[in-house]
Amino acid sequence: MQVPAPIEYERATSVEHAVALRSELGDEARFIAGGHSLLPMMKLRLANPTHLIDINDLKELFYIREADSEVRIGAMARHRDLLDSELLARHFPIFRDAERVIADPTVRNRGTLGGSLCQADPSEDLSAVCTALDASCVITSSDGQRVVPMHAFHVGPYETAVANNEMLTEIRIPLRPGGGSAYQKVERRAGDWAVVSAGAAVWMDAGTIVDGRVGLAAVGPDTTSIQPVAEALAGAAPTEDLYQRVGEIAASNCSPETDGRGTAAYKTHLVAELTRRALRTAVARAQRQEV
Amino acid sequence: MTTTETEPDQEEAQEERPIGFGRLLRKEDPRLIRGMGQFVDDISLPGMLHMAILRSPVAHARIVSIDKSAAEAHPNVVAVITGEDLAAQGLAWMPTLSNDVQAVLATDKVRFQHQEVAFVVATDRYSARDALELIEVDYDWLEPLVDVRAALDEDAPIIRDDLDNKADNHIFDWETGDEAATNEVFERADVVVSEEIVYPRVHPAPMETCGCVADVERVSGQVTLWCTTQAPHAHRTVYALVAGLPEHKIRVIAPDIGGGFGNKVPIYPGYVCAIVASLVIGKPVKWMEDRTENLLSTGFARDYVMKADIAATKEGQILAIRTNVLADHGAFNGVAAPVKYPAGFFGVFTGSYDLEAAHAKMTAVYTNKAPGGVAYACSFRITEAVYLVERIVDCLAYELDMDPAELRLKNFIKPEQFPYETKTGWVYDSGNYEPAMRKAMDMAGYAELRREQAERRARGELMGIGVAFFTEAVGAGPRKDMDILGLGMADGCELRIHPTGKAVVRLSVKTQGQGHETTFAQIVAEEIGIPPEDIEVVHGDTDNTPFGLGTYGSRSTPVSGAAAAMVTRKVRDKAQIIASGMLEVSVADLEWNKGSFSVKGDPSKSVTIQEIAMRAHGAGDLPDGIEGGLEAQICYNPENLTYPFGAYICVVDVDPGTAVVKVRRFIAVDDCGTQINPMIIEGQVHGGLADGVGMAMMEIIAFDEDGNCMSSSLMDYLIPTALETPDWETGHTVTPSPHHPIGAKGIGESATVGSPPAIVNAIVDALKPYGIRHADMPLTPSRVWEAMQGNHTPPI
Repeated sequence: MQVPAPIEYERATSVEHAVALRSELGDEARFIAGGHSLLPMMKLRLANPTHLIDINDLKELFYIREADSEVRIGAMARHRDLLDSELLARHFPIFRDAERVIADPTVRNRGTLGGSLCQADPSEDLSAVCTALDASCVITSSDGQRVVPMHAFHVGPYETAVANNEMLTEIRIPLRPGGGSAYQKVERRAGDWAVVSAGAAVWMDAGTIVDGRVGLAAVGPDTTSIQPVAEALAGAAPTEDLYQRVGEIAASNCSPETDGRGTAAYKTHLVAELTRRALRTAVARAQRQEV
Repeated sequence: MTTTETEPDQEEAQEERPIGFGRLLRKEDPRLIRGMGQFVDDISLPGMLHMAILRSPVAHARIVSIDKSAAEAHPNVVAVITGEDLAAQGLAWMPTLSNDVQAVLATDKVRFQHQEVAFVVATDRYSARDALELIEVDYDWLEPLVDVRAALDEDAPIIRDDLDNKADNHIFDWETGDEAATNEVFERADVVVSEEIVYPRVHPAPMETCGCVADVERVSGQVTLWCTTQAPHAHRTVYALVAGLPEHKIRVIAPDIGGGFGNKVPIYPGYVCAIVASLVIGKPVKWMEDRTENLLSTGFARDYVMKADIAATKEGQILAIRTNVLADHGAFNGVAAPVKYPAGFFGVFTGSYDLEAAHAKMTAVYTNKAPGGVAYACSFRITEAVYLVERIVDCLAYELDMDPAELRLKNFIKPEQFPYETKTGWVYDSGNYEPAMRKAMDMAGYAELRREQAERRARGELMGIGVAFFTEAVGAGPRKDMDILGLGMADGCELRIHPTGKAVVRLSVKTQGQGHETTFAQIVAEEIGIPPEDIEVVHGDTDNTPFGLGTYGSRSTPVSGAAAAMVTRKVRDKAQIIASGMLEVSVADLEWNKGSFSVKGDPSKSVTIQEIAMRAHGAGDLPDGIEGGLEAQICYNPENLTYPFGAYICVVDVDPGTAVVKVRRFIAVDDCGTQINPMIIEGQVHGGLADGVGMAMMEIIAFDEDGNCMSSSLMDYLIPTALETPDWETGHTVTPSPHHPIGAKGIGESATVGSPPAIVNAIVDALKPYGIRHADMPLTPSRVWEAMQGNHTPPI
């Protein structure tokens, strides 16, 4: 059994309490939500927080709901909830695509959306999903709330815009007409981190892509959103040539490394292949939405 | 004589409760399923302390100094012991199973990443672990030797400078077969195909890691060791030899074991450290390694680089096979194999084919990697041998443009040739290969699959069909040939029938999940007619079981299974004499009807085994010269190994865009001779097939150029799940072993041996349109894609 270093434990009773504890307990305190990234890192002693602030009692953060032309998801919504949500499946099928291939049921029963985004692992799937959907993050402190777009949320690998006196409380995804989305992942084995993942979202009008985005995982630090991809998709007709071209743009905008999951050349190839596949499905879904 | 049967309806079959062989739910499952098993980590003794091991962060370095003062000052720490402390007691080194020595704790230098350097004993597991970080070790970094191919280079760093006059990294050379005759055949052959075939280093990765609880009583000197061991008696004798203690002062108990696969055959430094700690401190000490320790420091498997050549006529008659193997044994030679077999049973690389000649050469070397070379269900290197022959035969089929199944059928050893002596001197006891192959082909719908493949290929789709046929050699072994550290590989067995006709059978072997408590009860039941539920199987505790070498290499049924049958027959012979007294007829006038003796020609006059048991312990007279009681003990020395075999067919689909491989179907026809419990056999096969998917497609213990192990957790060392494995389609034929008392051959490792070549052959077959003849495991999507680009590289 792998055992963590000594640790203090606090149980937050409200968001206000959680944020207050976080300010009070110093830089080395960490929130614990599902714990499926943090606890393994603690057992391996790669993470050695002084305090854990357990936020699993914060029932106010467990929702998935529609409001003000947005879908709003509480930071404590678990993978299982995201997988099961009919609201998400209707508006953003990319979520169900991704959740089907994230970890395994045991992890999905505990792991949360907020925890996944805050872990900020470049191989993490939901960051790519949220980026493709142009989501934004609500960050709460004792001074109030601020809203940060996804591209500004991730500061670097394992680093986010959330300060030590703050907490990610909500994820907002804009609801726009004619939307379609899809997720593609290649993994060595079910439940493994992605070799490469690609998420695509498009918004269509009268057979033309008005707006489109692609988010990638596991191919470098800054590939959750690629501006040249968005530029190529905007106003384009959905053709195989377009998917081909966008796949190539995505491939030339990533920086994968050779590791146990695969060679850089293979990963680059996969970016193009999976981007094409995700776009093809996203467009088909958008076209069904249009009808 | 082979019988080919169709599978019985499983639901229906389980309704009957066989008195003897047949489908029977496992007796051990109720406690395991309900979480009531007792594993080593469940043992808790009063005053028990906890041990943690400090391990080397680097692969090769000289130890300059160790400062343990801060760790000793930790409030919950009882003791901190280094190699220097052990050396003072002459305990810093211990023998391996291959007559090498291995450091218990490093004294001079560390030779692989995660080697044991020091240990801490504390009042709880957390403190023991915390205190490891307080030990300061100053290392003087040395160049590591990671690349096995460079091990014998002039300028290679010398790893084993602890050995006298050791100026290179060479361990042994070994060869088998007739080199001159083989070369002569190659010179006149129409076709010669050569390939380098790598079986990378993999790990058994049992669900339960290794560990022990050591309790040394200071006054009596009694040592009790609860330990994750597959071979309690062998371990006890090794401890006795090393410590100079009599065996009866050492009790080794293997409680429930959560998987072994060979990983729990060796004696690890941690066990020795725990015993030393308990001896020094006078309290029980528990050590359970964590997952990283298990993956990085305990017995690995494989790690063979094999150059193979096959010679054949242009019509596809295979004439000869030769191979040259480079074996990576890590930093200490800890291979578990009979002493005369440094390469294990690799000599069976001639496979299931009737050859004119064969020759193998092997060189084993040290590298800065974990020691071992145990198993992972390898039957002593047969996994490597079978992979070699089944891969090179497929390469030949590719070059001849012949169907791989037809090529195999053409070259099989014929049934009338058994017992068959191979060109490397192995005597296959029995076999009938063609019916097994035909059955697998029928189950698969082989011809139809080939038609489908042709259609798909025409559409640009990648579908592969892989065939493998293996012959195993299990049940080590005849004591004239086989011993480990001087201990012969025969097994004891003891059977006692109680007055009420219930029985207890005591085994020297130890289950790690194979179902011994059921299988052995069924063997006894078959021979004496007592229901299996009335037969208690005792095993795993050296204090109440007879001597024997333990469970590995699929030897339990071939050796101890034979012992159980033979001891039961001995008891039955005595029962017959008692029955003759009870029925007042001569022994010769009795006939046995599984569970009772009756008078020939008068079935109404009979006594049951239960009545005989009561009589044996009762007040009435017994025939002259017969003592009371109904029990016996024997030691069974096998006459030969047994040779199970099987035909496996795998069907895969490869996504041409992502190179992701999906195993669509897997057909496994096994012949393990007489079947004791077909349900348990199927379970063993299912597990082995899943192992095969892992090795073929994802498992590898990899190192970077500095000797850092890249496979330190189950996130990096992947094991397949239900989603990577198809519904297994199993079948069997039955060709009993002629020399085994019940004709059984052993099944534990067949599927692990046979499935990797079937899967690799299928994937390579799928890639045929790319002109690919060979690709090395693990065939991850990336490695498959690189092969499709013409960039295949060996994994090591």
